[in-house]
Amino acid sequence: MPRVLLIEDDPSVREGVELGLRRRGHELRAVESGEAGLGALAEFRPDLVLLDLMLPGMNGVQVCRRIRESSQLPIIMLTARGDDFDVVVGLEAGADDYIVKPARTEVIEARIRAVLRRLAEPVGRSGIEFHGELAVDRAGLSVAKAGARLLLAPSELKLLLYLSASPEQVFSRQQLLEYVWEHSYHGDARLVDACVRRLRQKIEDVAGSPRYIQTVRGFGYRFGPLE
Amino acid sequence: MRLLAARFGLRIRLISAFLLVAAISAVTTATLTYREARSAILQQAQDTAVAQFRDRITAQAVSLPVDAPRLRTMCQTLAREGKPHTWIVFAEYADLRVSSSDRSVSNVITPELRDAARNTAHASFQRVVKDGKPWLTIGMPVMFDQGEGRQPTGLVLYAVMPLLPEEANVSAMVTAARDGALPALLIALVPALLAARSVLRPVRDLRRAAAGIGRGELDTRIEVKGSDELADLAWTFNESSSKLQQSVEELRQAEERARRFASDVSHEMRTPLAGMLAVTEVLDEDAAHLNADTAAAVRLISAETGKLATLVEDLMEISRFDAKAADLHPDEVDVAETIRKTLQSRRWEDRVATELPEGVRAVLDPRRFDVIVANLVGNALRHGAEPVSVRLWTERRDGRDRLVTEVADSGPGIDAAVLPHIFDRFYKADAARTRSAGSGLGLAITQENVRLHGGTVHAANVPSGGAVFTVELPREGV
Repeated sequence: MPRVLLIEDDPSVREGVELGLRRRGHELRAVESGEAGLGALAEFRPDLVLLDLMLPGMNGVQVCRRIRESSQLPIIMLTARGDDFDVVVGLEAGADDYIVKPARTEVIEARIRAVLRRLAEPVGRSGIEFHGELAVDRAGLSVAKAGARLLLAPSELKLLLYLSASPEQVFSRQQLLEYVWEHSYHGDARLVDACVRRLRQKIEDVAGSPRYIQTVRGFGYRFGPLE
Repeated sequence: MRLLAARFGLRIRLISAFLLVAAISAVTTATLTYREARSAILQQAQDTAVAQFRDRITAQAVSLPVDAPRLRTMCQTLAREGKPHTWIVFAEYADLRVSSSDRSVSNVITPELRDAARNTAHASFQRVVKDGKPWLTIGMPVMFDQGEGRQPTGLVLYAVMPLLPEEANVSAMVTAARDGALPALLIALVPALLAARSVLRPVRDLRRAAAGIGRGELDTRIEVKGSDELADLAWTFNESSSKLQQSVEELRQAEERARRFASDVSHEMRTPLAGMLAVTEVLDEDAAHLNADTAAAVRLISAETGKLATLVEDLMEISRFDAKAADLHPDEVDVAETIRKTLQSRRWEDRVATELPEGVRAVLDPRRFDVIVANLVGNALRHGAEPVSVRLWTERRDGRDRLVTEVADSGPGIDAAVLPHIFDRFYKADAARTRSAGSGLGLAITQENVRLHGGTVHAANVPSGGAVFTVELPREGV
């Protein structure tokens, strides 16, 4: 069972989520501030962070940025719908997914599992694929550009693996939400857009004119073609 | 009068009234003047003639009995001395009839004058119009002195005098009066126009300002000039619109406070609910090991927590619409696919018949469209009866492509009294009706979502029974 670090300032939410997840067998550490959360990272070594956006002192977005400076730990934000701006900022800061409060434990757990789940391996493919300057190792779950290994957050890696498995095929944002994030078809397409932006920052030569992850206006995204 | 008022404007009516007054006074003045002047002229001519006739007769020594040639000579003498104009003199004495002209008997002298002249001792006169010509006729009995009084001699002299010159003077006066009245009327037009303008300009300002208020420009005010009734009206208008503006502002603030309160309440409720909802599972699982009463209580709390969470979410959604803070995230999607996914995610595929043409793409917010379809289908399944159907088609109207989604059920339809309120918040068809599975906000949220897309939704009953909800959205997005 994954180890979850919960950073949440409200005692009732903290206690409720802790109780629910522990009951389902998760190992959980719950802290009430961003500073305490960052402090617990090295010692607790979580598999995933559940991060409330509205924190006193250092807020969730800052905590998220701080974690991403050194680690590709999966991060799920806890947010209230309507705090739209915070969601966008949190996603830009590198969060992989978000959950709208209040949520049932089963929903929270399903999200945790989805973020941690590895994509199904495409049948009959092994070894390292090369796309332009990108080297994609599906088995080793790593991507290198021009020989240098890229640090990709879990959602970024999954999106890149998914798109590059079917080069030149167009996927709608709704399809990507379903396949990569395991959200409903009607979920928040900003997850996809924010992830694509972050991914382009890391893999494209010029983020403004992408080669690898291309936008197909009115339809969605596709990988390539690379000339 | 009302018809007249409706047909003509204020300007026309004001000017007409002005001219009417001017005309009446001109005509009245002219008529009175004419009457006085006319009678003065005629009176003078008459008096002169009567006095002259009497003097001339007195001056003639009449010796009785008279014979025709002498009488004729006397008549001719008298006629020559006529003043102010020549007379024609007729004399009557018993059967003798003589005159100064060719005809011995006048056809102008009336029997009444004859009677009057014979039976009185002094002169009688009468104005006669004969064949369109005015005449003055005078009858004078010739008297002689006899001791104690004057006795009639039986001789009666008549003078007949044409009044044509006097009549000409009178008609000249009529012409003068008419020629004076017309320019007066024309001159009266000038103050009439000025007066109309001075009334009409404030009225026009007032109309413009009232229209401004109607458009919602509550800060519209009129410049108050002078201190007449119209200035009073303008002042009252300004006063009223200030008050209106103030009331509207107060109402707006009250409404804003109420909205913020609803929003704040649901926000505040969300945090405790987040804790409670996370542990409902624990309650559900362990209820089996508790004694029956506790288990029932625990299950109740768990179930109601879930409903409360839905209600709070819906309230917050409505608050966002009210605060115009709901934003649209449009995306181009395959509509049939979108509707199928809505039904699949709620496991309704088997309960709902669909007619979804492939390849219909539209720009809409998938999350909000999901809410629209899910609320309508959920409503149909809950309150209507199966089979429930969802149909999709496109139409072109007013130069725009429209996406039409229709959700129909086979239930008894919606009560006619309920139909106009079906999209109202928390509307209960029956006050005593128990709470349904929904929050009571589902259809209100549906309507708000449709509006946000720039579309319309309406509910109706089909003749064959069952309710139909029709959603129309612009296909190209807002």
